[in-house]
Amino acid sequence: MSGKKSSATGKRTRSRKRSAAGDRPKTRGKSRRIKVDALARVEGEGAMYVRIHGGKVKDVKLKIYEPPRFFEAFLRDRRFTEAPDITARICGICPIAYQMSACHAMEMACGVKIQGPLRDLRRLIYCAEWIESHVLHLYMLHLPDFLGYESAVHMAKDYPDEVNRALRMKKLGNEILEVVVGRATHPVNVRVGGFHRVPTRRELQPLLENLKTGIDDALETVHLTGSLEFPDYERDYEFVSVRHDDEYPFNEGRVKSNKDVDIDVTEFLDYFIEEQVAHSTSLHSRIDGERVYLVGPMARYNLNRDKLTPRSREAAKEAGLGPVCNNPFKSIIVRAVEILYSYEEAIRIIENYERPDRSAVDVVPALGPGVGHGCTEAPRGSLYHRYKIDDDGLILDARIVPPTSQNQAVIESDLYHFVERNLSLPDDKLQWRCEQAIRNYDPCISCSTHFLTLNIERS
Amino acid sequence: MAKAKKPKLAVWKFASCDGCQLALLSCEDELLAVAERIDIAYFLEASRATAKGPYDISLVEGSITTPEDAKRIQKIRRDSRYLVTIGACATAGGIQSLRNFKDVAEFISVVYAEPHYIETLDTSTPIEDHVYVDFELRGCPINKIQLLEVIGALLAGRKPNIPTHSVCAECKQNATPCVMVAHGTPCLGPVTQTGCGAICPAYNRGCYGCFGPMEKPNTSSLSDWWHRQLGVEKDDLVRAFRSFNAYAREFRRESEDHER
Repeated sequence: MSGKKSSATGKRTRSRKRSAAGDRPKTRGKSRRIKVDALARVEGEGAMYVRIHGGKVKDVKLKIYEPPRFFEAFLRDRRFTEAPDITARICGICPIAYQMSACHAMEMACGVKIQGPLRDLRRLIYCAEWIESHVLHLYMLHLPDFLGYESAVHMAKDYPDEVNRALRMKKLGNEILEVVVGRATHPVNVRVGGFHRVPTRRELQPLLENLKTGIDDALETVHLTGSLEFPDYERDYEFVSVRHDDEYPFNEGRVKSNKDVDIDVTEFLDYFIEEQVAHSTSLHSRIDGERVYLVGPMARYNLNRDKLTPRSREAAKEAGLGPVCNNPFKSIIVRAVEILYSYEEAIRIIENYERPDRSAVDVVPALGPGVGHGCTEAPRGSLYHRYKIDDDGLILDARIVPPTSQNQAVIESDLYHFVERNLSLPDDKLQWRCEQAIRNYDPCISCSTHFLTLNIERS
Repeated sequence: MAKAKKPKLAVWKFASCDGCQLALLSCEDELLAVAERIDIAYFLEASRATAKGPYDISLVEGSITTPEDAKRIQKIRRDSRYLVTIGACATAGGIQSLRNFKDVAEFISVVYAEPHYIETLDTSTPIEDHVYVDFELRGCPINKIQLLEVIGALLAGRKPNIPTHSVCAECKQNATPCVMVAHGTPCLGPVTQTGCGAICPAYNRGCYGCFGPMEKPNTSSLSDWWHRQLGVEKDDLVRAFRSFNAYAREFRRESEDHER
């Protein structure tokens, strides 16, 4: 069979031995081990393991034991038109991202580019997914850490307004998806070339009203996140995100970093190399196989702040975000800013919407095998797909690089640095802070498997 | 304590996308009311607080794909009064059951450079193949209204009211024109259990069977119609029946009938 690890571009490799702590002489002192066998408030199954010896962090592992599901293997010999619906099932939280990356890759393979209202509708459903996914993570998974609660439900007694606001906002994101693409989880109306049916202006009208009255919720959310207390923790990260000349990125643009990466989507696998490590069913991805990097809201903000709306940029500033954010705990503010942006962008799109005559453009496989690449911005970061299809439209080879496998290495290095600076904390506090540090990345473990439990061991 | 103890609910995950347990968090209007009446005792996606079993209701998402998981489900069954499987992965093995028709070793080698790190079973199987299941809630993803119905019914001690007829009936109720009759679009609606709201035909596409086979589906008749009237070839018939409910018995048989 073709299309294996060392296919045309990009390769998966085995990890070189790389200990985060490096070799240090044995020091006397107590051993500590901090572990969480099943991490909570993340999507999917993972564990965390930290071993501390003689006041030094000896080992950090983000273990992903989510069972592998082999999407890239069974996509072969399926029709190119099936990829959006099949890959949606990789993640129940961000199916739109999977559908968008798959559609764009297939369209590239067939030499088609989607323009006009169909392109705008794709941005609209991406806004809805950012709203729904970011609100879920911000209020229900991440905020309880900052306020000291086990969950949003526990938080609801003392913070009823906040929890009700969250539910209201999440519902609005879901409603947009229900109207435009049929349902929020595994939408049915997305297809290669566009949509099966495009909404009428009248159908979008109630959404517009809810977005306009709801925008105060989005502003309140930014204010709330700006009022939180953050650990004093900054690092010099390499941020990677899609960047587009005219807009905050969803579907299109070049892949850029704040260091020297500036590439076309087609070159993705030449730069970002995935490797397999023994403790994880998720593959780790590094730039040139060496450099740890970060994808997601912080990366997008740092590389695309100039493309935010003036109101979103202003709100970010008022909430205490500078032009560059290097504190991963503050990603919660960035998510709030992106929610606000999504409200504004959704309003803009609906206000300007003219229903196109056709719901989709024809996409026909070219003669001879075609290769297509798609890199779009899932709520938790860049999601890359590449497909090779034959002239009958059957998939010959599929590669998918999800955001969480790209962030896995940076999460481990964050944990290493964070623990080392906070060794004086008692185990239970340190464990909770470590969990919070992982949640900074809104890891989606279901996605990355091909990703979390926490163990801190002190010796 | 004067107050009666609240029933305990647990949510468990096996091989899956998380989309079905997300349905519980997507009950925006009902979530806090549900949390008042039910003790959400184990729900890792939502809370780091966990309570030990036994549980009154266990919702199980995902399919069994590893030796470890095959053991874990046994303990969950022992700890649960009612065990309800939610979604196509748990009720039929899910999209990952496509491995059941192929060679898993080859699959592993396609995705992973070091196959020996990966421990997996040759098959992805529904929960019912491993333990007794009190109720199976279909869908890829499940419908949250149906989920609330199942939880409510079990707590009230009655049978959940979940229809098992085809999608066709729901299209008629919704006054959605038949896509197969009107547009010649292949549709799995006649053999697929309702519950999704018949959304695909409402968006001008054929049903793709995400709620799995209805009660007593006539799949061979539908295949025949697809082939003769709509010109669908065998390979595509196999693909149509072999998706999110590929390993559900009736769909599995039908796809195997068209293989060579």
